[in-house]
Amino acid sequence: MDFLTLLQVLDTSVRLATPLLLACLAGLYSERSGVVDIGLEGKMLAAAFFSAAVAFYSGNAWVGLLAGVGASVALAVIHGLASVTFRGNQLISGVAINFLAAGMTVLVAQSWFRQGGRTPPLEGDARFNPIELPFAIGPSDATAADRPLSQLIAEAGPLQQFYSELISGHSSLVYLALLTVPATWWLLFRTRFGLRLRAVGENPAAVDTAGVSVVWLRYAAVLLCGVLCGVAGAYLSSALQAGFVKDMTAGRGFIALAALIFAKWRPVYALWACLLFGLFQALELRPDIIENVIGLKVQVQLLGALPYILTVVILAGFVGKAIPPKASAEPYIKER
Amino acid sequence: MTAPAIELKGISKAFGPVQANKDISISVQPGTIHGIIGENGAGKSTLMSILYGFYKADAGEIFIKGQKTLIPDSQAAIRAGIGMVFQHFKLVENFTVLENIILGAEHGAMLNSSLGNARKELKHLAEEYGLNVNPDEVIENLSVGHQQRVEILKALYRKAEILILDEPTGVLTPAEADQLFRILDRLREEGKTIILITHKLREIMEYTDTVSVMRRGEMTATVKTAETSPEHLAELMVGRKVLLRVDKTPSEPGATVLDIKGLRVVDEAGVERVKGIDLTVRAGEIVGIAGVAGNGQSELLEVLGGFADGTGTITMNGESLPLSGHGADGQARRAAGISHVPEDRQREGLIMEFAAWENTVFGYHHSPEIQNGLLMDNKGIYTEAEAKMQRFDVRPPDPKLAAKNFSGGNQQKIVLAREIERNPDLLLIGQPTRGVDIGAIEFIHQQVVNLRDQGKAILLVSVELEEILSLADRVVVMFDGHITGERDAAHTNEKELGLLMAGITDTSAVANGNGGNENSTQEVPADG
Repeated sequence: MDFLTLLQVLDTSVRLATPLLLACLAGLYSERSGVVDIGLEGKMLAAAFFSAAVAFYSGNAWVGLLAGVGASVALAVIHGLASVTFRGNQLISGVAINFLAAGMTVLVAQSWFRQGGRTPPLEGDARFNPIELPFAIGPSDATAADRPLSQLIAEAGPLQQFYSELISGHSSLVYLALLTVPATWWLLFRTRFGLRLRAVGENPAAVDTAGVSVVWLRYAAVLLCGVLCGVAGAYLSSALQAGFVKDMTAGRGFIALAALIFAKWRPVYALWACLLFGLFQALELRPDIIENVIGLKVQVQLLGALPYILTVVILAGFVGKAIPPKASAEPYIKER
Repeated sequence: MTAPAIELKGISKAFGPVQANKDISISVQPGTIHGIIGENGAGKSTLMSILYGFYKADAGEIFIKGQKTLIPDSQAAIRAGIGMVFQHFKLVENFTVLENIILGAEHGAMLNSSLGNARKELKHLAEEYGLNVNPDEVIENLSVGHQQRVEILKALYRKAEILILDEPTGVLTPAEADQLFRILDRLREEGKTIILITHKLREIMEYTDTVSVMRRGEMTATVKTAETSPEHLAELMVGRKVLLRVDKTPSEPGATVLDIKGLRVVDEAGVERVKGIDLTVRAGEIVGIAGVAGNGQSELLEVLGGFADGTGTITMNGESLPLSGHGADGQARRAAGISHVPEDRQREGLIMEFAAWENTVFGYHHSPEIQNGLLMDNKGIYTEAEAKMQRFDVRPPDPKLAAKNFSGGNQQKIVLAREIERNPDLLLIGQPTRGVDIGAIEFIHQQVVNLRDQGKAILLVSVELEEILSLADRVVVMFDGHITGERDAAHTNEKELGLLMAGITDTSAVANGNGGNENSTQEVPADG
């Protein structure tokens, strides 16, 4: 395998890791506050649909993004009501949200667009288009030179190849997702809000007796989770793909949860976990590469299952212990 | 006289039909230690929760330093200068001491400046009150005594003038408890007001200036500690005269019933909890195992009861008991003549949702005498349960009531009735009076002594030293999975056992040679 192929695979990994990363960090906020959220999948799916639909009508991807975030946040509020206000079972609420989103998106899509539960393809500004960073070789250079882009990159030096192929040429949401990692770290470990958020996931009674509202902290976390899931969903339908199709999240919400456990609920580890799982997904698309490298034909299904297998290995305690926040999934009931 | 630090006037609070607090008025002078004592469910905790903003009183007023104050939430309580040290600490276990202290009382949105300020303030507090604790240590690595200090520091960091401590010594060794009271003395000297909620009459008598007694939601009396006696307080708590010591004759031990050799127990996390102990219990004696909770006593009981595995040898009436695999279960243990009153009666002794009559046969539900062909003889069990509940004075004596609807003491009586009336050769009994009110304690202790007098062997595990001293004939102390000492209950004292409980085996300095019967007149704990 040559260097350029490797770069291409990594480039795809980054694209595929982005929604995982956003959803994983979304889950991180929620679970760090003690609210387990298996409804990441549903929130992403709802956001994917509404962002694509609104982007189609408005012709503006950013307006679409707002709509997607709005849809996701609306579902997050439902989850918050069920699990924080009414102290219900968080898993059941999450499952319900997943089902609701799976059915509702297709139903509304069919009613609005009559294209078999999908949105019309998004074009132009209705999508998040790749950003060409300064000094990178991109489509504009290709047009100017009147030669195919791939040829231009193939002729460039390794550093320029690395820069143009892997670093440059992603949509703004990819860069946003990457920035979310240090931002989350900073928020969690360097601010008062972060201290309280981490505390409420470990021992809500400590937060309560310190005179801080458990309910509001958990709502804040659940809402942040909604926003990030919204961005992840919008990325799926208007950056990674060009439009919404039925069940397009394809289990990414669950892979993100697996990544969260893999990352032991830490933001920087989450980045590495999602990139790794993104790589698996990229390799799933290019089974020929694995065959070339290790000389064995690997079932693509095996690659698809790898994130889950690795998570089980982690949970079994083979690679250090993954200890979830102590108050995970436990509604807080004031008692003495 | 200065204005009282706290004054409550006519506080009432009801939960549904239950009147937890009835028209309670109390006034606490600044710079004093004020004790509040009462049985379980007397309303002490409810009253303090109202003071700390957890519950809203239905009626009544709170005055802090003469000012009428509304306390709708904990934030308001903290602002009013009230700090609370709960029985179960409210600490984030994987945070450092410093992080726990600033939580909720940060100086700004960024952590760095808050942590810096807190570090300085903490140093200052440590010097002023002798409250030393490493600010960068993670809570879960601290001893229980130090965790409690962190709770006190939390309150002081928030400028508390009034400190409420709820059952603060329940989890401490006697030495740690002494340290705590030294700290409280120091705080009192500095002008802080301390409210001490406890069920231990000894603590009230030794450390408080005034004491209030609560009974069934009402404040029955507030007296100067110097002008009262434990007997009088106990009477005020229960509403009748209570025997504060266990009436028993010296034991007449017979043949060895239980013989343990080299017992080791490893828990689920792979930690060795019992590290090779030898122990015998003879017929007609009560062997009490003393120790701070978590030093292997629970695991010992679990292995004996057949719900944990161990290694070593245990013989019962000369026959070896399997310690793992087939035959090492509760069923087999019962067949071997062992009855077990588990430490956690709500999880291991009863099924809380089931009716009392059903609970009277669990563990013995295979016994032929309660079968009726293929089915269980429910009618027979019910009738027998009714009789049992009469004999053991369970209140209310209604077999249909679910176990969870009985008070702690009555739940314990149901378990005792089941286990004792099976006429075991050996009774294992863990924390027999935890969460049990003083009236019921008297009864339960008497039942255990009666069983002993019938020539049965009894192994008692309790974290209450007073209980061990008054009930046991022979005391064995466990520390860190080892037995650190064995004493004749009549010839030892709390100080000596306290040293052994801390792992110090040289007790010559405090050994009490002429102790005699002094210890069997120790008071018993009043509740949980």
